[in-house]
Amino acid sequence: MVSDRSWMRDREGLGLWEHRGKVAVVGWGQSHIDRRWDGVTMDRSCGGLTKEACLKALADAGLSLDDIDGLITSAETRAEQTWAPRPYFDPPYDTEDGLTFTSADWIERELGLKNIQYRKSDAPYIGPMMGLAAQAVGDGLCETALVWYPMVNLAGRYGHNNPQNNSPEAPGASAFSLPWGYQNGAMFNNLVIFQQYCKKYGKSHDGLADLCLNLRRNGLLTPWSYYALHEPYQLTREDYLNGRVIEEPLVIYDCDRPVNTCAAFIFTTAERAKDLRQKPIYVLNHAQNGGRGRSTMATLEEHQEAVASLARKMWEGSGLGPDDVDIFNPYDGYLTFTQQFLEGFQWHGVKWGEAHDFYADDIRVEGSHPFLSSGGNNGTGRTRSCLFSDSLEQLRGTAGARQVTVKAETALAGCNTPDSNGFLMLSKEPD
Amino acid sequence: MSTIPGLERPAPVPSDLTQPFWDACNERRLVLQNCTNCQRLQYPPTQRCDQCGSGDNLEWKEVEGKGHIDVYMVIRDSRIRGFRAAQPINFAVITLDEDPGINFLSNLPGTPPGEVPVGAQVELIFEETSTGQLVHEWQGAA
Ligand SMILES: [Zn+2]
Repeated sequence: MVSDRSWMRDREGLGLWEHRGKVAVVGWGQSHIDRRWDGVTMDRSCGGLTKEACLKALADAGLSLDDIDGLITSAETRAEQTWAPRPYFDPPYDTEDGLTFTSADWIERELGLKNIQYRKSDAPYIGPMMGLAAQAVGDGLCETALVWYPMVNLAGRYGHNNPQNNSPEAPGASAFSLPWGYQNGAMFNNLVIFQQYCKKYGKSHDGLADLCLNLRRNGLLTPWSYYALHEPYQLTREDYLNGRVIEEPLVIYDCDRPVNTCAAFIFTTAERAKDLRQKPIYVLNHAQNGGRGRSTMATLEEHQEAVASLARKMWEGSGLGPDDVDIFNPYDGYLTFTQQFLEGFQWHGVKWGEAHDFYADDIRVEGSHPFLSSGGNNGTGRTRSCLFSDSLEQLRGTAGARQVTVKAETALAGCNTPDSNGFLMLSKEPD
Repeated sequence: MSTIPGLERPAPVPSDLTQPFWDACNERRLVLQNCTNCQRLQYPPTQRCDQCGSGDNLEWKEVEGKGHIDVYMVIRDSRIRGFRAAQPINFAVITLDEDPGINFLSNLPGTPPGEVPVGAQVELIFEETSTGQLVHEWQGAA
């Protein structure tokens, strides 16, 4: 169950992770990526793209269908709407399953998997789901897990078809936010906190431009990314500073682009990983945050403490510290909150209030501070998986034009927001 | 309706937990949960005290209705239907003077969009939603 948090490492004081270095990621597959599903091409539907990603991950790992005994996915695909009331298609596209999410049962049936012992279709979004997968393999619930995360974007203006946004009523907890125009999701509260950040440290929205431009650059160095495939040009500073305002000061270029795609990963035991096609990338720890602020809007101080606590949990469970992280891929879905991760984990010594100065320095992949070498979701499209796949590629040494020139032996990746997330510490070595 | 032209606020739907809060709003009073064990205000309402975890010591306590503008943004492209005709519209965070750890949302009726005096004092008012239910709002102190 999504509500089951017992497996999470979301508290301080848990010590070294009991499966540290005993679980490895051995495969990754990224499907084709489009802005939206056209509603016609079944290979490019959620189910079609999931099959593509899963088969690519298997090929990457050098594993066969029979090697898989665990299936893990999330239904939190950010579709924001159901396919219904539009008519369904012939099987296997005759329900929402395969159109707005892809369950374990669906993939088991469509790929003809025969040895499945562990099925989980209601994992949380990809950040904590990656931790869940590592824990499931470590705990022996399965030996080799196929783990996938689709992002679904159907026709229509994003978010405008969400039923809550079209209702004259504000039920439940939304009664205390919706009547004043608060929108669900990460945009509003994190923009409020960004304003608190600027007020506290004397910064401004313009300070995000360097981050945005570098993310787009990294995204264009990612062959499968949305921008490399569909809009292959670099943004200029003028573009950013004159970007269409969504909620002032947030502009369109601060927002990751919703896309239609799927990524898949394969987790297995360190023992099984030894003789596979790829050099194993070991999991040293996973950690999660899940909380809320005291009042209507969480505050900067609350989010700073949340990330500081996340960092303490990550150091405690992995045995590493701030100086040991080579590759750092935290979430950038809205550029307004990314600085909390950079400062809270003190990556490359960045302290509270210093992130914008760091962005203005050299954060290119070939430079000495290759922050978000993935290009993030801002630079590749809102896959969320790019944070993990780039981390894998950097440690494998297969990141191509994005390969960093600094040491790449450990990587820290995760999403989503400072107060609600799951992170994974990866390493080339198991100890 | 709202005094902000074009604004149609979604109407709060009271629950068993929040009915006393919304009833008080209709009497133009702002009441917050107060844990008598912790002497701590709580808003929005929840079943238990965030601090001691007990639901047994929560009472409704009327507060004075004075606050300050912490930060703001301006909604220019809302996904919420009732806000689109009112754009651009302020979206501010108000801290309560009696306990600045408590904050509220406000569209700051009477303050032109984007011309928000951060740090200024505000006072409690009430505005009508589509069902006639009143909601608490804040405007610049005279
Ligand atoms: Zn209490």
